[in-house]
Amino acid sequence: MNSHGFSLAGITLHAMGSGALWWPDQSLLCVSDLHLAKSERVARRNGTILPPYDTRDTLNRLAADLTVTNARMVVCLGDSFDDTDAANSLPEEERLWITRLQAGRRWVWIAGNHDPGPLEFGGTHLAEMPRPPLTFRHIARLGASGEISGHFHPKARIQTRARSITRPAFLVDTDRVILPAYGTYTGGLRSNDEALARLMRPEAIAILTGRSVYAVPMPR
Amino acid sequence: MSFPQPITSWFNARGWSIHPHQQAMLDRAGDPATLLIAPTGGGKTLAGFLPSLVELSDGTHTGLHTLYVSPLKALAADIKRNLRGPVDEMGLPIRIEDRTGDTPASRKKAQRVDPPHILLTTPESLALLLSYEDAPRMFAGLSRIVVDEIHALADSKRGDQLVLALSRLQSICPNLRRVGLSATVEDPAAIASLLARHPDLCAVLTADPGPPADIRMLRTEVPPPWSGGGAAFAIPAVLEKVRRHKTTLIFHNTRAQAEIFFRNLWLANTDNLPIAIHHGSLEREQRQKVEAAILRGELRAIVCTGTLDLGIDWGDVDLIIQVGAPKNVKRLVQRIGRANHRYNAPSKAILVPANRFEVVECVAALEAAQVGDLDGDPRGSGPLDVLCQHILAMAAAGPFEADHLYNEVITAGPYAALTRADFDACLDFCATGGYALRAYDRWQRLRQQADGRWMLRDPRAAQKIRMNIGTIQDSELVKVRYRRNRGGKPLGEVEEAFAASLSPGDTFLIGGQVVRYEGLREMVVEVTPDAARKPKVAVFSGTKFATSTQLSARILELLHQPAWPKLPSHTAEWLALQREVSKLPEAGRLLIESFPWDGRQHTCVYSFAGRNAQQTLGLLLTKRLEDMGLHPLGFVATDYATLIWGLDRVIDPAPLFDRQALRDGLENWLAQNAVMKRTFRASATIAGLIERNLPGARKSGRQATFSSDILYDTLLKYDPDHLMMRITRTEAMRGLVDFGRIEELLDRIGTRIDHLQLNRVTPLAAPLFLEMGKVPVQGSAEEKLLADEAQALMRQAGLQDAETA
Repeated sequence: MNSHGFSLAGITLHAMGSGALWWPDQSLLCVSDLHLAKSERVARRNGTILPPYDTRDTLNRLAADLTVTNARMVVCLGDSFDDTDAANSLPEEERLWITRLQAGRRWVWIAGNHDPGPLEFGGTHLAEMPRPPLTFRHIARLGASGEISGHFHPKARIQTRARSITRPAFLVDTDRVILPAYGTYTGGLRSNDEALARLMRPEAIAILTGRSVYAVPMPR
Repeated sequence: MSFPQPITSWFNARGWSIHPHQQAMLDRAGDPATLLIAPTGGGKTLAGFLPSLVELSDGTHTGLHTLYVSPLKALAADIKRNLRGPVDEMGLPIRIEDRTGDTPASRKKAQRVDPPHILLTTPESLALLLSYEDAPRMFAGLSRIVVDEIHALADSKRGDQLVLALSRLQSICPNLRRVGLSATVEDPAAIASLLARHPDLCAVLTADPGPPADIRMLRTEVPPPWSGGGAAFAIPAVLEKVRRHKTTLIFHNTRAQAEIFFRNLWLANTDNLPIAIHHGSLEREQRQKVEAAILRGELRAIVCTGTLDLGIDWGDVDLIIQVGAPKNVKRLVQRIGRANHRYNAPSKAILVPANRFEVVECVAALEAAQVGDLDGDPRGSGPLDVLCQHILAMAAAGPFEADHLYNEVITAGPYAALTRADFDACLDFCATGGYALRAYDRWQRLRQQADGRWMLRDPRAAQKIRMNIGTIQDSELVKVRYRRNRGGKPLGEVEEAFAASLSPGDTFLIGGQVVRYEGLREMVVEVTPDAARKPKVAVFSGTKFATSTQLSARILELLHQPAWPKLPSHTAEWLALQREVSKLPEAGRLLIESFPWDGRQHTCVYSFAGRNAQQTLGLLLTKRLEDMGLHPLGFVATDYATLIWGLDRVIDPAPLFDRQALRDGLENWLAQNAVMKRTFRASATIAGLIERNLPGARKSGRQATFSSDILYDTLLKYDPDHLMMRITRTEAMRGLVDFGRIEELLDRIGTRIDHLQLNRVTPLAAPLFLEMGKVPVQGSAEEKLLADEAQALMRQAGLQDAETA
């Protein structure tokens, strides 16, 4: 598996190249900010008609990660849908696909700022999920520890000897891990942004995702 | 057509007589389309307007009579000034106004209600006017349209956008007559067919070109450097020329070069000659100040770029200096036409090569200019992304019938051969997105009314469509201003990518001054003045000109000579050195050099196939290198060579040029590269799939916005035959890919490849290192770099690199 192992509150976790977080002891796969049906929301609200293939691409990648890990539990860390109407407008085919992925495993939807209310999908809907010593929530809280969150879509830029390379990244320190966005139609926020720099300890690392994963001191 | 009294008196009072081409324009005033080709200063603009002045002289016309369209806002403002004078002196009852992006909103509104007799505008402003519901009322009575500097518009999609606008105008005003004014071009018939309503005939009138220009190359005691574009060595000689002339225009090919040159000129300007800088990245206020000073005759020299290229009358310019190789003979001739506006006086121009390769280019260009051998590429058929934008703009103006719009569009020359199927595909794209998957059709952009006409689903979308009108692709720019505690004065703009590369304390040049980067606040670069003499230089985009292939052939010929009596000795010696340490390229053979530099292995392929083909060759060769495990990192292409760099050394290049492998590589791999993504981005923005980034409209938080590369990758995976992908492929083939010329090259060289393994950069390869437009290769080398860098960083930080499974 293309991943980077690290420890949080004594628990061993793996940051996967796909942007998913894997907790082997619990057979738990965590993904954040799927933003499913974003193209629907953009068409509805903005008038721009983006290629409507974002949902299937995101689900394709999620399905692949489920095949690799055979996870017994899935936690979607919020902003799983671009908004509540987008969730309700999902074509039948993609709705069924989600149901198929859910079969035979526990599935938790954590509420995000884009999808605060309960959704019309099977699984458990929670504001946040304690799983001692860890807590899963959408937005990181200052002062929390053992926290797994998303929301910021972090990315990191590395200046190599030939060029600078920017990739979506996990941010990890002794208190928390912030997951990169998993959804296809998502952008990123640089790790040197004040919002992220404030949350992360000075010795934080960034784990760049992609074909291979790379851990570096978090660029500030 | 005969002159009314006031106009005749005006000419007589000045002792002027009408030029033959002005008379010819009057004689043909009733024709549906006429193209006038005349040198700058030949009374070209007056020739275009005279029929309007005659028709408007009796004061009976109400509403708009003549629309004047020019490529530059500044030109519209300039013409207003230069037309106002004579019209007032003649005492004609004519209202003249301009309308550009700079016109205040209140004035624009008033113009739509009560248009002037003569309106001066740009293609973008015209397209915008036509997207309003009241366009038919505003343009009622319009009789003539004058398109100035049409050759400049013909070079880009702005020309296609303009003629689509004309097709709509002609429907509103069936008797509209079209006039085009052009500088000397290689193919007047092509410009005429762009201008005229298809299939109308269009007469081409040619004014006396005047005496041949006096063009020379600057010969300095100090030789030009081996490479670089600054031409700092020529500063004393250029200053001397400025001293000896009344007003000198000093042209540069890029804004960055203009900035550096201006800075150096000032440092050497001990006499304090009034010299100013003018280019498109400067704050409008500063530009206008310079323009006013030029008009008052207060400046002795203006360092400038293409923004002063076109026929603006900047008074008594008596010398043109071109710094850097002109790249294109036609443009050189047109620029030189800027000097000596007195008709029948020869224009005087000096070419200043910035480095030694440019000496060769300049000599080749001079020879071509002297024999009038103009170059240029034929115009392609009308691009579909521009058509999509036009369809959306027409929908913003009101409901339309598809048949009617199609019949209108095919009267535009570039779209005369447009098939109904392609038109329908564009309409479907505008209406539904045109995807194979019909997921969200209830939110489609256009819907059909009961009567079959198409209209916007949500009328509020009209505003968004209007904001997106235009085909000029600005790279993302951010404003630069002094810090608030320094007065907050705006200075201009730099590319966002450049701003992102700055760290506090870095210095760069803007508007001729060195400033210190302090920080980014709400997407504005804040700076303070800095006394540093050596700034880090702003990478303004500017326009990158391509050396025409015709000129490339001349250069190759020149290089192949046994000796170079026509070249200055320093350049001849340089070529001799290249011949000594390596080889000079020659027709019928292919020269390839490999050498290490700056920690990377370089391979330089001198195939003189023109920039497009060299670019494609770079894409294909890096793909082959990637397959062979040689970790290519990137390449850069010029008109004569492609320079590739990577982590491993190329030992035997011959297998790289296997024709079948290259051809196979083209198809599947074409889809997956940075050039295609760049092309996609431009076309998708024009077609309205991606919103144009309006200055100031973008938020600094980027979570919500994602790269257009993602859209490209998604379409490639799930809908590869989508219209936008088709457009991207067509554009790439037209503009960037030119595989036919690579096959020609392969035929020409056969197996005659000369590969030289060297231990240092060769004289001929050196200039390539400074070329802009480097194309990164995102392959295995990137993974290798990241792995090395990550390891080094973690070690440095004293962090234990945890297990990577």
